[in-house]
Amino acid sequence: MTYLAKRLLTFPLILLGVSVLVFLSIRLIPGDAITAMLGTEAGMLTPDQRASLAAYFGIDKPIWSQYLSWLGGLFQGDLGISKIYAKPVMTVILERFPLTLELALLSMVIALTIGVPLGVLAATRNGRPSDLGVRLLAMIGQSTPSFVLGVLIIFVLSVYFGFVPAMGTFTPLFQDPLANLGQLIFPAITLGFAFAASVTRISRSAMLDVLSEDYVRTARAKGVSTMSVVWHHALPNALIPVVTLSGVEFGYLLGGAVIVEQIFALPGLGRLVLDAIGQRDYALVQGTVLFIAFNFLVVNLLVDLAYAVLDPRIRLGGR
Amino acid sequence: MRILSALFRHPSGRIGVIIIGLYLLAALLAALGLTPHNALKMFAIDRMKPPSSTYWMGTDLLGRDTFSRLMLGIGQSLNIAFAAVACAALAGTTIGLLSAWWGAPWDGLMMRIMDVLLAFPAILLALLIIAIVGPGTFTSVTAIAIVYTPIFARVVRGPALSLKQRDFVDAARTFGSSQRYVLTRHLLLNLVAPLAVQVTLALAWALLTEAGLSFLGLGTQPPTPSLGLMLAESKNLMQQAPWLMLFPALTIMLGILGFNLTGDALRDILDPRTQGRTA
Repeated sequence: MTYLAKRLLTFPLILLGVSVLVFLSIRLIPGDAITAMLGTEAGMLTPDQRASLAAYFGIDKPIWSQYLSWLGGLFQGDLGISKIYAKPVMTVILERFPLTLELALLSMVIALTIGVPLGVLAATRNGRPSDLGVRLLAMIGQSTPSFVLGVLIIFVLSVYFGFVPAMGTFTPLFQDPLANLGQLIFPAITLGFAFAASVTRISRSAMLDVLSEDYVRTARAKGVSTMSVVWHHALPNALIPVVTLSGVEFGYLLGGAVIVEQIFALPGLGRLVLDAIGQRDYALVQGTVLFIAFNFLVVNLLVDLAYAVLDPRIRLGGR
Repeated sequence: MRILSALFRHPSGRIGVIIIGLYLLAALLAALGLTPHNALKMFAIDRMKPPSSTYWMGTDLLGRDTFSRLMLGIGQSLNIAFAAVACAALAGTTIGLLSAWWGAPWDGLMMRIMDVLLAFPAILLALLIIAIVGPGTFTSVTAIAIVYTPIFARVVRGPALSLKQRDFVDAARTFGSSQRYVLTRHLLLNLVAPLAVQVTLALAWALLTEAGLSFLGLGTQPPTPSLGLMLAESKNLMQQAPWLMLFPALTIMLGILGFNLTGDALRDILDPRTQGRTA
């Protein structure tokens, strides 16, 4: 069986596993659902009232039956009702998702714009001071947690420029593109920095591999200019691992940059999970976590498909 | 010892080992109570003092010495990172080895379970675990360990599968060596190199995740000092007392850098094919 067919067949299985894990983990939380929903008022319920509420929400049934009915709801896009927002969980998620998606895209653009040229530069100057400089910068970038960089950016902006980035609100892109960019640019730089460092490292190492290949030597021997060898012959092949890395990182970012959204007070998916955990809105925790894991899996699958298109050895089951 | 001297000869390995050495020393001194000041004691008269000869890294809002708190914080972060990575390495290695050894159908089942765990971004899985167990030091260790177990399982399973096919393993089985002996002596010992690299890199991630969880208020709980918590507390005071933010930020960065540099150097030393390939 080819690698791709295997990958496509295991995808629904893993998705099912993820749904079981999310469902069971929420049920492992100490305390029952009625107390979580009503808080201290749950203590005033008579046993009869409690039993009828349990029957109403279906939590008196065995766990497997609860899971099946939850799964049935999932197929219809029903993730339950959020306690804190008093709205369907799916509606709340879809309200927050555009911000997270835009932030992830913007961070990726920043990372690729900086990372690929730096990686190529370092590889073509292997061992020289500029290569060492790029490698050092990349290592520092990878070792700087986003929350450290985020706090440092806010510090520099507020102390040295007297400027505090707009926080707490979000203007949709199509409503006011400039205001939108003003709100997202610093969080995107924060996320894009470490991402760029990974892209730099992987582009450099892939370029070094490709530059030592026979076809590159042949192109050089034919008298093709260095620029053309690097950008036309070597780079397209060196980009394959960059595509994989960017896809995986993008998948992570779609899960909401929990900490960066928290620092810049952005109402995205990551912050939604955090708030839902803090306020014990379990339907929301369950729905959001599942939505994020689903996105992550889909992006990873797409990356594998793209990888197979770019590298025929994988498509033919050579891996 | 041979590895340590090889690390010292490697340019980035040397810097990494020195940083880790200094952090271990700070943690050890803090554990022995040898901090310049009592890290938990509040000196009301010395609130928010900038760095000076008395308080090398200044004091916080409650008049506690930042340097002493950083020393304790390093100890706390390293404790959590070491405990979590030890658990993840033990569980992941066992799962990876047994999966490769037993083959189908256990291999498929174990690896699909690992795939399910890998389907969650690390911090999200950690948050889910915290939602179940509640925040705290023990939860941080559990969460980080569970997040990194599948990575160790994968790192071990691949090479273990190819080692299983090797002649010396067949020979050992033919001579009647027990399953346990073959697994530990022939498979595990040959996996020490990739495991050592993975452990060092996982320690960098664990430090990062621990600091991140504490930054969100979901990891180490006050009054125990923690690097992430100190950084989070400094956020509202950055204009009046920037040292409260800068020192914890640099300490977190340097710690992660130390483990990353050592991990990369180890990879270079143990796998000569990657020499100079990692940036």
